[in-house]
Amino acid sequence: MKGFLSSSIGKKLLMSLSGLFLIVFLLVHLGVNLTMLFDPIDGTVYNKAANFMGTNPIMKVMEPLLALGFFLHILYGIIVQLNNWKARGSSKYAVVDQKDSSTWASRNMIWLGVFVFTFLIVHIINYYAVLKFGQPPSTHVDGVEMHNTFKLVSDLFEIWWYDLIYIIGFIALGLHLHHAFWSAFQTLGLNNKIWRRRLEIIGDIYTIVVVAGFTIIPLYFLIF
Amino acid sequence: MSDKNINIKLKVWRQNGPNDAGRFDNYEMNEIPTAASFLEMMDMLNEKLLGEGKEPISFDHDCREGICGACSMFINGRAHGPDNAVTTCQLHMRKFKDGDTITIEPWRAKAFPVIKDLMVDRYSLDLIQQAGGYVSVNTGSAPDANSMPIHKDIAEEAFDAAACIGCGACVATCKNGSAMLFVGAKVSHLALLPQGKIEAKERAQKMLAKMDELGFGSCSNTGACEVECPKEVSISFIARLNREYLVANLKD
Repeated sequence: MKGFLSSSIGKKLLMSLSGLFLIVFLLVHLGVNLTMLFDPIDGTVYNKAANFMGTNPIMKVMEPLLALGFFLHILYGIIVQLNNWKARGSSKYAVVDQKDSSTWASRNMIWLGVFVFTFLIVHIINYYAVLKFGQPPSTHVDGVEMHNTFKLVSDLFEIWWYDLIYIIGFIALGLHLHHAFWSAFQTLGLNNKIWRRRLEIIGDIYTIVVVAGFTIIPLYFLIF
Repeated sequence: MSDKNINIKLKVWRQNGPNDAGRFDNYEMNEIPTAASFLEMMDMLNEKLLGEGKEPISFDHDCREGICGACSMFINGRAHGPDNAVTTCQLHMRKFKDGDTITIEPWRAKAFPVIKDLMVDRYSLDLIQQAGGYVSVNTGSAPDANSMPIHKDIAEEAFDAAACIGCGACVATCKNGSAMLFVGAKVSHLALLPQGKIEAKERAQKMLAKMDELGFGSCSNTGACEVECPKEVSISFIARLNREYLVANLKD
């Protein structure tokens, strides 16, 4: 066990596990967001869902865990990348042709990650920080006072350029996930010649659901 | 097609020694038969250079039949050049067109220092092998046929892994300069067979520790290595290595 987590596979294990955790988180987040479309006029269902996520005790435990998941994934992503750049050596190839041997996304995971991270910061400033520390609009649902998260979100979604940033952020995330999903299983050793293709297909279905699910919401508010 | 001759331009990496900065030199080669192998074309270039009293280009080669793993070269941005599943000696000039400019570079990776020109030191792969890529008990002479039954699928898979010739194309291609395909192949081919299975976990730990120590990068699963591998070794062997390694460490 000595030196396990500092070995190349050990570091990748942390990337893989934290990544899979974030993959599950995205589905939960998407599930809550999609409730916006149930009653897009006053958003009662969404406000109730958001209030539940913000107040129930399980979420109080999951919130720091989620932060830890992001932190580990980003930290080890950077550590692994720096070491990999070093391993490539100081003398660079003049010509590199990898268009037939690997996907663009797989070669640019770090940059897609940086892009998604930037989007995450914008996202936290716009929503999470306002809900936690700012003065979000409030509403009454069934006599209970709660944040009007629906108004906070839908107001921003009516600005076209905000939607554009939001959608581009999710396309970058989609490209990241396209490589990340099956790759996480490969790193855990849960892959072989038969399962490779299956995992890639499951991963792509997951990616399409996440990207389409998250982008359909701002588009709805922009159009209607 | 085979009797056609082509004219090509070459841009070749020249480096006097490990500490030299290195540079590209340009050469023109005329009337090259398309039936010639890439290394035969390099021989013609060297004959020409010798005739002109110039220093010939150093490059590795040995069997010239695609099984020894000695020949290297990064040709037009790809390990072993534009053909799939071949070594450079099995690459032929018919893969190029008349008037092409061909860029030839050595394998580049921190763990593969250049010795001279296109010749690199791949001893680091031998060191990984020496760290555990063997069976440490005496298994006697060749056993009688069928005395140790092994399932056909397992025998086939072990053979696919054992097909690795240790050429280093995986490392040269990998954007991370990782030797995971090499280590994965060596660990897998022994782990799949009864003689090698006993030490499989320990072997994975020792070989990976040596790989990390020698300055190779880590795998990010781009899959470029299996495409450039002349023996088409699959990255499913990297998954097997990951599995052996993780289980070994969880058991400890």
